Amino acid sequence: MANAQPAETFSPIFGRLTLDWIPYHEPILVATFAGVALGGLVVLALMTYFKLWGPLWRDWVTSVDHKKIGIMYMILGFIMMIRGFADALMMRAQQAMAAGEAAGYLPPHHFDQVFTAHGVIMIFFVAMAFVTGIMNYVMPMQIGARDVAFPFLNNFSFWMTVAGALLVNISLFVGEFARVGWLAFPPLSGANYSTGPGMDYYLWALQIAGIGTTLSGINLIATILKMRAPGMKLMDMPIFTWTALITNVLIVVAFPVLTATLALLTLDRYADFHFFTNDFGGNAMMYINLIWIWGHPEVYILIIPCFGVFSEIVSTFSGKPIFGYKTMVWATACIMVLSFVVWLHHFFTMGSGASVNTFFGITTMIIAVPTGVKIFNWLFTMYKGRVRLEVPMYWTIGFLITFTIGGMTGVLLAVPPVDFQLHNTLFLIAHFHNVIIGGVVFAVYAAVSYWWPKAFGFKLNDKWGKRTFWFWFVGFYFAFMPLYALGLMGVTRRMNAYPDAAWQPYFIVAAFGAVLILLGIISTFVNFYVSIRDRNENRVGNDPWDARTLEWATQSPPAPYNFPFDLQITGREAFWTMKKQGFTWPKENYKPIHMPKGTATGVMISALALAFGFAMVWYIWWLAILAFVGMLGLGIAHTFNYKRDYYIPVDEVAATEAKGAAA
Amino acid sequence: MSADTHSHHDDHHGDHASHGHGTMGQLMIGFALAAILTIIPFYLVMAEVEMSRTALVGIIMGLGAVQIIVHLVFFLHLNTTSEEGSTFMATLLAVIILVIVLAGSLWVMHNMNENMMPMHDMEQMLEEMQSLQSQQG
Repeated sequence: MANAQPAETFSPIFGRLTLDWIPYHEPILVATFAGVALGGLVVLALMTYFKLWGPLWRDWVTSVDHKKIGIMYMILGFIMMIRGFADALMMRAQQAMAAGEAAGYLPPHHFDQVFTAHGVIMIFFVAMAFVTGIMNYVMPMQIGARDVAFPFLNNFSFWMTVAGALLVNISLFVGEFARVGWLAFPPLSGANYSTGPGMDYYLWALQIAGIGTTLSGINLIATILKMRAPGMKLMDMPIFTWTALITNVLIVVAFPVLTATLALLTLDRYADFHFFTNDFGGNAMMYINLIWIWGHPEVYILIIPCFGVFSEIVSTFSGKPIFGYKTMVWATACIMVLSFVVWLHHFFTMGSGASVNTFFGITTMIIAVPTGVKIFNWLFTMYKGRVRLEVPMYWTIGFLITFTIGGMTGVLLAVPPVDFQLHNTLFLIAHFHNVIIGGVVFAVYAAVSYWWPKAFGFKLNDKWGKRTFWFWFVGFYFAFMPLYALGLMGVTRRMNAYPDAAWQPYFIVAAFGAVLILLGIISTFVNFYVSIRDRNENRVGNDPWDARTLEWATQSPPAPYNFPFDLQITGREAFWTMKKQGFTWPKENYKPIHMPKGTATGVMISALALAFGFAMVWYIWWLAILAFVGMLGLGIAHTFNYKRDYYIPVDEVAATEAKGAAA
Repeated sequence: MSADTHSHHDDHHGDHASHGHGTMGQLMIGFALAAILTIIPFYLVMAEVEMSRTALVGIIMGLGAVQIIVHLVFFLHLNTTSEEGSTFMATLLAVIILVIVLAGSLWVMHNMNENMMPMHDMEQMLEEMQSLQSQQG
């Protein structure tokens, strides 16, 4: 039976892990595992055949280069997007089938894991990975820096995120995942109602990845504040760098709240504490209060850098400076502070009085104002500009339309009496997918098509880029407009099956939309394949879009040191000013360039963190102690590593620069 | 590591050296203040000074808050000039967020508590309803 969990046993060596926890009786999982294993073996074989292990380890895994790490974050995001989207397809298929008497093909035990995994993966390992990746890649070059402030920390942060992602995916084949929804509200997520390892996978995966996120936030703030090229004042920074700064401040301020909240829940589950239980003075509502104090800023952590991406793209493709630079900066800063005073709108129905609900309803409506300012700034940037409709601009216009609709349904939900009708219905689901797909996903695609030529030296295929856009854009409306309608009829979220067959047509339309989005995702990878195959026909120079910010002053792809000389910045849109003054890089008088050295410490500590997380999930105490001591030991040992830097000699700089000039 | 790796940036932002560690005098003032702020609450509790429980808790919490400020100023050398004022701004933001989170949580949870019917009231109400029903019946 799929529902039954194996009996709770404990052995000193394997903890509570027994063979019964391997789900070999579930055909879907066995097939998935076979697929993953086969794919993995093919990749391993190909890598061995082409002798890629050395370069992979040297140039990527142990690299502290912010550009390599940025690209690795993007790869992680796309891989996890496949996993998260597979979950979405399964849910859409289940709900399209399970009307009236029908039960569908997913038992509740499985369905609940699927929607939990979908939410957790899409937020923590897809959206966060993408956003961090873009910031990592673009921001240091926009401020004229050669790397981030703490290059080793950057590598470590990335691998901690990977360790978290791996732990979630291990739960697919060893044990189970949580069945609690993406925020794991107690008492359901407490020790009494969530037995088994699923909920513990959730806790440790998020804690491990959370360390990476927080450290990367600190790192990027330090980079922006301390490493700007000489002469670049804060108010000279490109909008994307501004949004990166504000996002990382939000990360540093908000993520400790998540860490602390999950730590309290961990104590409840592991050490018999009673923070969030219904007895011994615990209060489950406090968890909901705390998790949303992190959770609301989190959605702005995801969307604010995307606003930055669209600002850069609109300005470049309209051939104009961004309209209202200062209002853009101040609007972003306002959103940063306001995002901390709206959290209760996620639980209007939990029982607060009229005064509390009114306060949070009004603050939520107010936060729409700075967001509206931004929308108008983008529109006015395009107004009377020479707009070039390249692929990044498609995504931008798609975003403006979709995000505005999502914003309006958000303001609707901010009205407490309305929220009492719509709370936890599919209307809410439609709303947040409307802003996250319309905002974050569209921005990621825009950013990938915009900065791809910078990262690799050739453009993505135009035809496949447009196909991707249209499939995603149309697919989104098919998938989520029916959910708005269903939500207004009172259909609640997370339903495994429903009695009213009249809802089924809407779910079938939504499933059709999901298939269109699937085609969009397939088009993405076809696009990558076709573009890489035809790369020699699509080679571009350093500045293919006639852009305005400093990252386009580097070679495509940029040299490891980004800029051969220090730049003296005199104002906004540094690269645009340089181009107007006929700037070219000097061809001689190079100096040796001081750079940080790669290290394997980050990936090794993260591997131990993964072992630690796995051991904690399964109560394998000896392994947990060993791994934890190992992590500390490696961290301390690394402080004695004094060989952290090297100089790129003048000859090598000259050779690299000459190669760039020829291309 | 960053400073070593990117020495060219230090020319521009090299001002933090002058705001390094405080003087011995500063440290001693800080130590004295911290000690006094620790001794007072300990005395209040251990000597069982006559005062209301609310006042006692209020004094302890208040002195704790002052203690935090003493540590920030005398030991972490927080002032409005170091790092071009960004240290001070960062602290200010942290304080604002902390106040929002603490005051907000207290307000929200207190309000919910007010709106929830306490357990014994609910039992009482159930009993009254049952007796009413039996009278009508």
